[in-house]
Amino acid sequence: MTDLATEYLGLKLAHPVVASATPLARDFDGIRRLEDAGAAAIVLPSIYEEEIEAEDAAFSSLMEHGTLAQPEASGYFPGHAAELGSLEGRIETLHRAATACAVPVIASLNGSTPTGWVEFAHQLEAAGASAIELNLYRVPTDPSRTGEEVERGWLETVRLVRNAVSLPLAVKLGPWLSSPGNFAVRLVETGANGLVMFNRFYEPDIDLQTLTPQPDLKLSRAYEIRQPLLWIALLARRIGASLAATSGVETHEEVVKYLLCGADVVMTTSSLLRHGPEHIATLKSGLAEWIDERGFGSVADIRGRLAASRLARPEAYFRAQYVSILTGYDQAGR
Amino acid sequence: MATETMDGNAAVAHVAYRVNEVCAIYPITPSSPMAELADEWSSKKIPNIWGGVPVVQEMQSEGGAAGAVHGSLQSGALTTTFTASQGLLLMLPNMFKIAGELTPTVFHVAARSIATQALSIFGDHQDIMAVRAAGFGMIGAASVQEAHDLALIAQAATLESRLPFIHFMDGFRTSHEVNTLTLIPDDAIRAMIDDELVRAHRVRALSPEHPVVRGTAHNPDTYFQARETTNPYYAATPAIVKSAMDRFAELTGRAYHLFRYVGHDAPERLVISMGSGAEVVRETAQSMAAKGDKVGALQVVLYRPFSVADFLAAVPDSVQSIAVLDRTKEPGGTGEPLYQDVVTALAAAGRPIRVIGGRYGLSSKDFRPGMVKAVFDELAAAEPKNNFTVGIDDDVSGTSLQFDPDLDIEPEGTTRALFFGLGADGTVGANKNSVKILAEEEGRFAQGYFVYDSHKSGAETISHLRFGGEPVRAPYLIRQASFVACHKFEFLEKLDVLGAAAPGATFLLNAPQPPDEVWDALPRSVQAHIIDKKLKFHVIDASGVAQELGLGPRVNTILQTCFFAISGVLPRDEAISRIKASIEKSYGRKGGAIVRRNFAAVDAALEHLHEVDVPKKVTATTDLKPPVPADAPEFVRKVTGEMLAGRGDGIPVSAMPVDGTFPPGTTAYEKRNISDEVAAWDPDICIQCGQCSIVCPHSVIRTKYYEESGLEGAPDGFPSAPINARGFPGSRYTLQVYVEDCTGCALCVENCPVNSPTEPGRKAINLVDKRPILETERHNIAFFETLPLPERSRVNFANVRGVQFLDPLFEFNGACAGCGETPYLKLLSQLFGDRLQIANATGCSSIYGGNLPTTPWRAGADGRGPAWSNSLFEDNAEFGLGFRLAIDKQTEAARTLVEALAGEVGEELVQSILTAPQLTESDFVAQRQRVAQLRAKLEGRTDEASVTLGSLIDYLVRRSVWIVGGDGWAYDIGYGGLDHVLAQDRDVNLLVLDTEVYSNTGGQSSKATPLGASAKFAAAGKRVPRKDLAMQVIAYGYVYVAQIAMGANPEQALVAFREAEAYPGPSLILAYSHCIAHGIDMRDGMKQQARATASGYWPLFRYDPTRRRHGENPFRLDSPRPRLKLEDFAYRELRFRILTKLDPEGAATMLRQAQAAADERYRNYEDLAGRDGSRFLPNWEQA
Repeated sequence: MTDLATEYLGLKLAHPVVASATPLARDFDGIRRLEDAGAAAIVLPSIYEEEIEAEDAAFSSLMEHGTLAQPEASGYFPGHAAELGSLEGRIETLHRAATACAVPVIASLNGSTPTGWVEFAHQLEAAGASAIELNLYRVPTDPSRTGEEVERGWLETVRLVRNAVSLPLAVKLGPWLSSPGNFAVRLVETGANGLVMFNRFYEPDIDLQTLTPQPDLKLSRAYEIRQPLLWIALLARRIGASLAATSGVETHEEVVKYLLCGADVVMTTSSLLRHGPEHIATLKSGLAEWIDERGFGSVADIRGRLAASRLARPEAYFRAQYVSILTGYDQAGR
Repeated sequence: MATETMDGNAAVAHVAYRVNEVCAIYPITPSSPMAELADEWSSKKIPNIWGGVPVVQEMQSEGGAAGAVHGSLQSGALTTTFTASQGLLLMLPNMFKIAGELTPTVFHVAARSIATQALSIFGDHQDIMAVRAAGFGMIGAASVQEAHDLALIAQAATLESRLPFIHFMDGFRTSHEVNTLTLIPDDAIRAMIDDELVRAHRVRALSPEHPVVRGTAHNPDTYFQARETTNPYYAATPAIVKSAMDRFAELTGRAYHLFRYVGHDAPERLVISMGSGAEVVRETAQSMAAKGDKVGALQVVLYRPFSVADFLAAVPDSVQSIAVLDRTKEPGGTGEPLYQDVVTALAAAGRPIRVIGGRYGLSSKDFRPGMVKAVFDELAAAEPKNNFTVGIDDDVSGTSLQFDPDLDIEPEGTTRALFFGLGADGTVGANKNSVKILAEEEGRFAQGYFVYDSHKSGAETISHLRFGGEPVRAPYLIRQASFVACHKFEFLEKLDVLGAAAPGATFLLNAPQPPDEVWDALPRSVQAHIIDKKLKFHVIDASGVAQELGLGPRVNTILQTCFFAISGVLPRDEAISRIKASIEKSYGRKGGAIVRRNFAAVDAALEHLHEVDVPKKVTATTDLKPPVPADAPEFVRKVTGEMLAGRGDGIPVSAMPVDGTFPPGTTAYEKRNISDEVAAWDPDICIQCGQCSIVCPHSVIRTKYYEESGLEGAPDGFPSAPINARGFPGSRYTLQVYVEDCTGCALCVENCPVNSPTEPGRKAINLVDKRPILETERHNIAFFETLPLPERSRVNFANVRGVQFLDPLFEFNGACAGCGETPYLKLLSQLFGDRLQIANATGCSSIYGGNLPTTPWRAGADGRGPAWSNSLFEDNAEFGLGFRLAIDKQTEAARTLVEALAGEVGEELVQSILTAPQLTESDFVAQRQRVAQLRAKLEGRTDEASVTLGSLIDYLVRRSVWIVGGDGWAYDIGYGGLDHVLAQDRDVNLLVLDTEVYSNTGGQSSKATPLGASAKFAAAGKRVPRKDLAMQVIAYGYVYVAQIAMGANPEQALVAFREAEAYPGPSLILAYSHCIAHGIDMRDGMKQQARATASGYWPLFRYDPTRRRHGENPFRLDSPRPRLKLEDFAYRELRFRILTKLDPEGAATMLRQAQAAADERYRNYEDLAGRDGSRFLPNWEQA
């Protein structure tokens, strides 16, 4: 029997395939379905502070619209509906899932204010999350802010949350940094127990009929593993934190590649949305078969075999590789 | 004991919920909140005094509620209901049964007017007096505290006496007045209820374990005797009530009596009354007695059984004359009921006291100390007037007493404040909150009462707040205020806002002008008030601040802060911290942004508040605008205009129609100007499709086409474009927005299919700031109205593009901005308005359709237009069928006479009249011409047949009878009638404006409410799918049925209207109507309709039995297979989303069920549409 066990953020997992934040985990039944399908851990959809606040504001505004404006109706909805906040439902789902699931349930958080990060994190911890993934997704739209300022802000966030909760913290970051490696190191120094690489951004298209931006996010494809693969390979075993790979996982092959480069777990959303939660079992059995076929005994045996730190010539990952690709492209083009 | 502030409804429900196991209810104003609170508590699992959670069951009508109450009582549960007015009347048959069977229960009633010459939702005693013969005990409260206390005393008494009770308070005046009260502790409630009596009630219940028969039928031999068996119970009841009152006094320290006397020790003049009026009488009598007047007040607390002995004992021996005040009207009687009881009691005792009776306060007419004094004064007259009225000017029968409206008896320590607000700005909510803040501390008392106008959009509200160190016992409006706030500047131009400001008062104004410019913007009379009364004048641009802070129109927090900051009622810092605490309490469970925004509003309020240096002289050159134009018809000026100006109380009896008949189309005079943003047309990119016009809920988008020469004399810049249609060379097209009537709802903008190729987001119709264009548009409208109306017979009725040119005979209604119902009614008026007769069920459509001061149904240029009437909520289908029966009968008579007069008027004309087709517009034009010829020929003839035909001649033009109402009517209370009417073969058209909820009374669940939606009485989500009324009716086979949604397919809606009207039998149209009660941004209403259809939730179809004649399948499915998931429609609406927060898992389950139900329904319709025509019932005309 192939040993697929791994460890992420100090949590012992039966295997490395983790369901990352997906609409499938939006409600309790969905979370249970992911567990039943064999997910080693489940990351819940991000709680966006801005979204919660916007939703609460919209909710309040719609609740209040027309209230106490005519004598026959003091309002149009049951009275207690006014008391409902958007966060409570999410917290309740987390609580139920954390209580019911045998596998770790990881909450994901995207705050917009220092108070929000801390208060929400407290509530996630109290609700029984196994760990918190800090989703640092934010497009730095202000051109006057330097990269360093932006990074300092993110580090401050991690520090705040680290001081507020004792749960393991993962940080999900984007790749668009001048020196992702350095920033990764600083995140870990600030208290991150793991890194999730990488976030994908909404990049709007334009509707030529209405001349308006169209927010859109396409599911990831296998070719998208390259960037995280590179950085996981470079950071594995060098920063003293767990590494989670995300993006582009379609088959067990991407899982294997990520593990070879040093990922502790591999997360997938798109493949589960495409094929359903049962795809987790396919990925898992594919991984086990691959390990078997190659004569390895366990995930531990393959993890990080191709990490830069383990390679004699790590520069294979860098410039020389780039040049050879270009050459190859040139030849193929003829 | 701790005090609380709440309104009468909450105070009563608090007790009723705790001492019952079952509540069977039905919403009706003003009692609905009692039932809603019970439902809310039940859904929160709050227990009654026995630890169980009461069941709250909504029924299909009050008749149904009473039946369920009766059944529940017969089966042993302590059961109650909450109702008013027509609701109580519908319960009457069961009330006789319940009383006849000596069944203990308390019906809690917010007493309300009965619909007579007009409906009124407001308070008086007509309803409870109408049911006084049923045999219920009747106990009446004068205040919020009394309503709270007597609810319990009634419950204790009913259990012991076995007599059922009505416990009533005055609708609105008490049910909706917020006041400080001391709550009865739960252990005291517990102590008042004797469980032995509860068990005895249970033992009497039906049970197969010890069977009995109840509800038998008697014969002449025994019915009478059996009816007399209960006399001892009635005789014993006053003592039982007294004993309950005594026990209550021991437990709470608050003493009650069957008859409560207050006043001079040896009064000579006595006024007797019930309900909140008794408190006014009491306070006035005390005030007069303190000055030495020998007057007293007697409140009747237990009205039935009327204890003569206790009454006589309560009337002081010194009394020489009595006036009895009844808040009801019994036309043709010797006097009103309480008066008669008093006279009878005194006569029986042989006490020679002069008694007069009079009426006051009908429909919540303000009843004030000056009126009470007038009654006392009348008693002192040598020949006091009997059968008097007080509070009105009865210049017809001379019944009214003169009174001083300003008599002020209130304690010096009472602070009085008035707030003029807009419904949408949150003023009332803020003031309710202020009342709580002011009464929070022990030893402080506050009262709040809120007056609304009758519009659902842009409604004006006036909040009356009192507070001080003594309990506030003043159930009447404030006329002398030490603080007046005007939350919308424009009110100053139409209402006498400062008329009620006391000398030296503080005036707070929300004004867009800076402090140094505001004075010049004030009308003359406002300046004069400020100077003459030496008012302290403060201004703030609260609307500007609210906009900056992202609070939209809600200026409530800002102005509430200003009130506390300048009124000095609490130390400023304390007030601020209390406001902030209450904001946290209101929103604290939610994300911080709302709290932060409101905190910011509190802080900004203080920064932007300025005191204005008041000049010594009036400088303004303009004054209040006349409420209606000077050239309006006399009735509109003298009646409508006075009502609009807030002076309706002064209209004399002689000015009112005697039979409830009013002129139509008075909304045209109102020019409400409720929106700062209005629609504006862009002729350059408009494709003239009519999509904006058809969805406009307020009929403010009008279009005309006309010869180019018509532009002669047009104002500069009058917009027009070449008409975009073949066959009209040289014609111009103009789309005119009636900007003063536009509500800025933006449905037109969202429905416009045009996107500017150069400016992102710009449509062919857009919202713009009104102020810069107002004057120009006034001129444009005036010119537009001189352009000829397009000829109806040349208009293509078959498409939206054509229909835009039909004159709407329903305009400028006061429905919610962006209403989903009114576009259908406007369309109805455009298509058939000149021969339309409408029976309108009570509900939103009867309120925006017929609530004074103004009404939107109107006549067209030829003087013809919809004739509209509202009978009741429950009988509308029958009412409309009655129209048809009469019309058919009159038509038959007219045709017979025409035939009989053929020799005199000409055979050819007669035959053409009798055989003319009457379907298309040109048919009607031709028929009207023939009828005109006939009329001309009859002119001058004096024979009976001709004269009679003259009175019937209009029936020769086919009339279109439409029976209109909401889903509450069609699916619930009126369903039996609807079903019966459709089961006949008469040509009636039923239009259901289906909002899937009781919209008018505030969003209660109906049988049209969808699975998974949260509504009142379905707070945890409706558990079963909505009734498929269409399929039920299609089962008849011969009824035309259409399901439509204008936002999804306006052409299909149009076809359905025309087919239904043309179909010679019964027709039913179910029209999806988005609604404020769905919890949507109303500008997206039509898009939501489209999503409802696209998701398969609301498929469009038409079942037309005439197709069956040709062997075709009568069922046409007009919408394609669902291409949207149900949640993509549903989760854009608050009604569905509430549950995702309250019960996410339950919501997910219900969403799956709802999706399955929608899928299955669509499949069913598809199956039906795919059948061979022979698989349907034969056409009924052939059968």
